[in-house]
Amino acid sequence: MDYNILQNYWWLIMSLLGALLVFLLFVQGGQSMLISVPDRDKRSLLINSLGRKWEFTFTTLVTFGGAFFASFPLFYSTSFGGAYWLWMLILFSFVIQAVSYEYRSKHGNVYGSRFYDCLLFVNGIVGPLLLGVAVAGMFFGAEFTVQKDNILNHGAGISQWGPLHGLEAIICWKNLVFGLMVLMLARTLASLYFINNIDDDYIQPLQHRHLLINGAAFVALFLASAALILTASGIEAKPGQPAQWVELKYLHNFLQMWWCLCALLVGTLLVLYGIIRSLLAPAFRRGIWFAGAGTILVVMALFWVLGFNDTAYYPSLLDAQSSLTIRNSSSSHFTLTAMSVASLMVPFVVAYIFYAWRAMDRKSLTATELSALDEDDKY
Amino acid sequence: MELLMNVVDWSRAQFALTACYHWLFVPLTLGLGVIIAIMETIYYRTRDVKWLATTKFWMTLFGVNFAIGVATGIILEFEFGTNWSNYSWFVGDIFGAPLAIEGILAFFMESTFIAVMFFGWNKVSPRFHLASTWLTAIGASLSALWILVANAWMQYPTGCTFNPDTMRNEMTSFLSVALSPMAINKFFHTVLSAWVLGGAFVVGVCGWMMLRKRNIRHCYRSLKVGAWIGLIGILLTMVTGHSSAVAVAKHQPMKLAAMEGLYRGRAAQPIVVAGLLNPAKTAENTERTFITEMDLPYGLSLLATNNPHAFVPGINDIIDGFSLDENGDTLNTISYAERMARGRDVQKALASYHTATSSGADKATIDSLRQVINTDFRYLGYGYLEKPTEAVPNVPLTFYTFHLMVLLGGYILAFMLIALLLAYKRQILDKARWGRWWHRLAVLTVPLTYLCGMCGWIVAEVGRQPWTIQDLMPNKVAISDITAGYVQTTFWIFAVVFTALLIADISIICRQISKKSQSDLDSASL
Repeated sequence: MDYNILQNYWWLIMSLLGALLVFLLFVQGGQSMLISVPDRDKRSLLINSLGRKWEFTFTTLVTFGGAFFASFPLFYSTSFGGAYWLWMLILFSFVIQAVSYEYRSKHGNVYGSRFYDCLLFVNGIVGPLLLGVAVAGMFFGAEFTVQKDNILNHGAGISQWGPLHGLEAIICWKNLVFGLMVLMLARTLASLYFINNIDDDYIQPLQHRHLLINGAAFVALFLASAALILTASGIEAKPGQPAQWVELKYLHNFLQMWWCLCALLVGTLLVLYGIIRSLLAPAFRRGIWFAGAGTILVVMALFWVLGFNDTAYYPSLLDAQSSLTIRNSSSSHFTLTAMSVASLMVPFVVAYIFYAWRAMDRKSLTATELSALDEDDKY
Repeated sequence: MELLMNVVDWSRAQFALTACYHWLFVPLTLGLGVIIAIMETIYYRTRDVKWLATTKFWMTLFGVNFAIGVATGIILEFEFGTNWSNYSWFVGDIFGAPLAIEGILAFFMESTFIAVMFFGWNKVSPRFHLASTWLTAIGASLSALWILVANAWMQYPTGCTFNPDTMRNEMTSFLSVALSPMAINKFFHTVLSAWVLGGAFVVGVCGWMMLRKRNIRHCYRSLKVGAWIGLIGILLTMVTGHSSAVAVAKHQPMKLAAMEGLYRGRAAQPIVVAGLLNPAKTAENTERTFITEMDLPYGLSLLATNNPHAFVPGINDIIDGFSLDENGDTLNTISYAERMARGRDVQKALASYHTATSSGADKATIDSLRQVINTDFRYLGYGYLEKPTEAVPNVPLTFYTFHLMVLLGGYILAFMLIALLLAYKRQILDKARWGRWWHRLAVLTVPLTYLCGMCGWIVAEVGRQPWTIQDLMPNKVAISDITAGYVQTTFWIFAVVFTALLIADISIICRQISKKSQSDLDSASL
């Protein structure tokens, strides 16, 4: 298969994995709301509902990282080594999440269940916020240079960053707006998930109230983020020509790639439909599926305008020629081909995940079911 | 330069710390996963609720251990980017693929079916539940397969070629990477050693319960499965250990020499059974190697080559480029001084190549530079060394951990044989006056088995220093462009967080064992 097609295919796969990850951040969104439920039993319901899904988010994050490493290793090398603190904070937040579900209600957990609930809260805020900041950096750029033959210069890095190593990305207001938008989206999806997954008279109205507040905040931040992206400059890197800054690059991309615009609009409408119908009709509990599908479409559309149409998906603010594109940062033709063969397994993986998820969630979680569980089987 | 060394040291320390913590939990997941799956299979076939109770008992402990294994694992994958970013580009084309396949094929299998395994007892059919338990265990082993393929490739880079235009190694044969002898040996040696730990853990926990006379029938049920898995595991670990040694002798002779503290080799080389190294001995002096030692004739030649009369080169032989073939004739190998010179020539040729290609030099010039690069690329890494002895790993650490591993492996074999016998001959243990001492020994064997596995990893990883990628990239070239202070900070954060989690993990497991062992483990309900 043609090398360019393979590169495009893998950017498509990355966009799908990224989109699934953003959708699955509803787990983090839910964790960030635990603090608002003072009743211990009701909080336990929320945690046990999330606890059966957290591994999907975690695994998708790990797979997203592994797939980026395999398909676009220069991004892995440049962003992770450069924005050291940003990625380390994200990773720390996921480390503390992974044990918290399993340990929080176990006897002998040393630090008490409130401690683990706090860890879940920290991950619930920090995870989506900083992942959003990291993705925003791909739109608004970062201060780095890439010099591949630095490897011959003993000890010099292929990619060079400023001394703050990612802290500057966290304090950039544009990145923060985008990060907050992702956080509010995660919380909105979490409310929709709880409405769908938990059958409880206290949880249902509570989550409808949360949905209204989080949904409104998300829509406002989404509009702000869209305005920032559509008015932002981007780097264009046409084959055989030097990379250069182009004003309104992402807006042009949307206009030149109509299918991206369609995906964005359809996705946005689906998210809004999921939110609004859930708010207007309390008996409607399938909002998560509409909003989830919409989220996936919107995130994929954003990835497409980032990487396609000769666009640098990771612009360098210091040296346009150092910017990363799907052409100059990808793996070799052979590796992408081999990986593409492996990717044929993805539909099979998706099918068994869907089957297992459906088998487990055929009935909504109730307080009765939870109380029937052995103490050690609960989160 | 001092600052640079600090970054390398802290980055290595951080990776070692996080890898060691991760490896405290992974082998128990791998070993106990198989044991639980076998127990549930017995329950499925017999529908005997006693086996259901036993399965659920071990499943609870599996869950606690699994969570912290997952938590400590995520860091390792991303550390390749955060701390070893030059490496990530230089070999990402090859190294990234197994990690991605691990995520797609193994992690999702584990994470999907573990939820069914824990919460699906009343939600799915018994057959689906059993399949989920097996798929969780298989998913964990598949995950280990791909990460070990990646690790093995670093020790024996194969199936790739260097592209001077992109300044990286590029894959040319996926099968060579995935099925290299180093990868196959490493996978089986590592996963089977995890079975040993799973078996030792079951026998040890049962020993503690039997000391307190709790749920004896449950203990004997568990012992039969645990001891079988432990015994099969240790026997096959030893077999694959031998084939690993043969592969190391062929592809990493310096590591083998360090494992044995061998500075000057000879034909029919004995193996050191036990010895005390002379701390003053280095590759640069002629001091005596051992203060005291005990040898087994022909042992090392046999271990390394399957030929008791073969020549095994020592550290100084390898540095000098000296070896002998099967007939005793001198082999013309390349000395490290020569490798360093050739490595520097390749580096110069690469720099010239980039200048030539960017300035539009003629094809003949570019082709001649390519010729130099292609001919001696295998020595590229040596060009970064300042002296030949820089390529010698830490001999005492490699030597002692190797011998401790072998000693503990021998002990575990004997222990598992007896444990299996006692699992079936209950009357022996019931009547013996030494029964309580046996149970205490079983408890002690759990940390000893952990120690054995950790020693194996130290041999594998310290023994290949200073290479991140054997012969191609030393650690000091692989690192990210960050300061020592940053890595030092994250090192201590990891140390504190992981230690705190380990304390909680051990505390929960102990409490669970104590609590559940007091309940009736001969009956259970779905």
